[in-house]
Amino acid sequence: MMDVLPYLVAAWVFLVGCYGLATSRNLIHGVGCLAVCQTATYVLLLAVGYRKGGTSPVFADFTPGARPVVDPVVQALALTDVVVGATVTALLLALVIQVAKRHHTLDPDELSELRG
Amino acid sequence: MNHLLPLAVATPLMGAALLVAAGRFVPRVVAEAVGGAVAAATAALTLYLLLAVPSPVIEWVGGWTPHHGHSVGIVLHADHLALGMAALVSLLVLAVLVYSWRYFDEPPRKHAGSFPALVLLFQAGMCGFVLTGDLFNAFVFFELMGVVAYALTGYRVEAAKAVQGGLTFGVVNSLGAYAMLLGIGLLYSRTGELAMRHIGAALDARGAPDALVLAAFVLLLTGLLVKAAAVPFHFWLPDAHAVAPTPVCMLLSGVMVELGVYGTARVYWTIFAGPGGIPPEAVTRTLLTFGVLSAAVGAVMCWYQRHVKRLLAFSTVAHTGLFLIGLGLLKPEATGGIALYVLGHAGVKAALFACAGILLDRYGSIDEYELHGRAPELRLTAVYFAAGGLALAGLPPFGTALGKAVTEEAAGPWLAAVFVLVSAVTGGAVLRVTARVFGGFGPAPADDAECETSGEREQPETEQQLTRVPDTMLAVPGALLAGALLVGVVPAVRSAVGSAADEAAAGVTVIPVPPHWSAAGMLLGVLSAALAAALALLAVRRPQHTRSRHWVDPLRLLHSGHIGDYVAWTVAGTALLGALAVSGVLR
Repeated sequence: MMDVLPYLVAAWVFLVGCYGLATSRNLIHGVGCLAVCQTATYVLLLAVGYRKGGTSPVFADFTPGARPVVDPVVQALALTDVVVGATVTALLLALVIQVAKRHHTLDPDELSELRG
Repeated sequence: MNHLLPLAVATPLMGAALLVAAGRFVPRVVAEAVGGAVAAATAALTLYLLLAVPSPVIEWVGGWTPHHGHSVGIVLHADHLALGMAALVSLLVLAVLVYSWRYFDEPPRKHAGSFPALVLLFQAGMCGFVLTGDLFNAFVFFELMGVVAYALTGYRVEAAKAVQGGLTFGVVNSLGAYAMLLGIGLLYSRTGELAMRHIGAALDARGAPDALVLAAFVLLLTGLLVKAAAVPFHFWLPDAHAVAPTPVCMLLSGVMVELGVYGTARVYWTIFAGPGGIPPEAVTRTLLTFGVLSAAVGAVMCWYQRHVKRLLAFSTVAHTGLFLIGLGLLKPEATGGIALYVLGHAGVKAALFACAGILLDRYGSIDEYELHGRAPELRLTAVYFAAGGLALAGLPPFGTALGKAVTEEAAGPWLAAVFVLVSAVTGGAVLRVTARVFGGFGPAPADDAECETSGEREQPETEQQLTRVPDTMLAVPGALLAGALLVGVVPAVRSAVGSAADEAAAGVTVIPVPPHWSAAGMLLGVLSAALAAALALLAVRRPQHTRSRHWVDPLRLLHSGHIGDYVAWTVAGTALLGALAVSGVLR
């Protein structure tokens, strides 16, 4: 059970983010929900790299191979993912500010110029 | 091994950095010339690698080559198809920079370098995405081109519609990208590899696919199909295309959406095509379902648009559907045909957007009804528009027609009928716009609809409304249409594209006959062009109905412009994708 728990958590976090995004009544909240979806990817990546009894993959105080370490590749991936996420969130929030300035609302229900 | 390969990504990146740093201090002409020169240099480099270096070009970046079959480095894997796409991207970027030469009104007035810098970043993202052989790297480039595209879509921040379209585009595409990243994580957990070929080999070594491989396939395809704008993942595309600046639309519709199809093909061929992947019947069923759905919805919605750029956007949805059908057939002939179709379509669609931009900047409107009969003096633009419509419908000898004919032959009679109908309707819609706007034919349409996007009262993208169309704006669509024509006419191009597709596709050992014109294909092409002309004629001549209800109204109401709805549809599409893939595996 404990082996699959992180994967279930990742799936739940992703879906709950999608639910929040689909029902959002505020664009800032919506961008936040998108960030929640992204945290699912962090959970998944770190769960993939976990080794039982492993320590952090820093070889400053012991020789490589002396004891198990967690997978450093997924940590690099998660770090890249954080950078990507920060870029996306910043840009989307900047667009939300512009939407607020031009449309004078943050409610997606009131944005109705593009349809059909 | 060729160490020049990473430069195809690094050159535009460095050009963009240079323009951002120095753009503040140089006049606009210099900034734009530097941007054009960098794009041209990248195009020359990709063409050199494509034509003069034996394929495939493989480069482990930084010399991190695999040890004992395991890799931690990042690999660029460029076969002819990948280099061909990179060359197409670079040439189109060059065309876009020439088109926007001195005309485009760039909001940060004191920073001349920002628009060309963003376009170069976009180019770097797209080139990186096609050239990389590493799955996580593909995600990073996918997001890079995505983020730049959101920024470019909302570039004119003073326009209310533009920021809304950019935001929708951003949310839906990023959600797709995160789904893709979940799939990548699952594949890494199974194989411990990130290089696509190594993942494929490791999956095959483990035997038949299980639920984890299936989930990874569904999640990866969700991301790629969101980019490819397959129905029901497509809702962001018309909203983004209707509002993005015209030069950006040329890139979005011309190549970026097609890169979703390319990514689907690449991921399937290198990872999931073996015995440890997804069975071919399941892939065929999945891609044909999404393809036919996209083609049908795209064509119907395209016909009922009055906003010209939105009309062209839905035509892109329809054609991407056709590409997915051709890809899903998993036949070498169809793959070669699709590669030609994508090449021809890029030229034609970019040319049509360029012409729509001319209308917008000359008349301050992009609405078919409002522009009725107002543009008879733009003769050359009218010729381009009509030629583009006919090429979209599949009139020989355009490259679109050749690709369509070759794919139709491999697809069998029923799917061939879909190809003919969809191309006729999308081409017919463009011809209808040509007849009304440039010819002033028929009665002026009544302005009665409520549930649609009109293109009235749009701001021109130039500093003031144009009185005379600049030569660069006229030369670019002409050159693009000529390029689409050459794809169909020059035998060397079609045999090269055919062999590139064969080389990239999985499991093709015998090189079949290269794509060629056949009598039946020519006839079907002429038939769909004639059908398009007839449809346009009927639409123009028909008296205007002012019916309160119409059978497509429910479909149009689904395109609500609401981010929450679009996210819900994306999740529903993922569920459909999963159901189709599972049913194929269980059988």
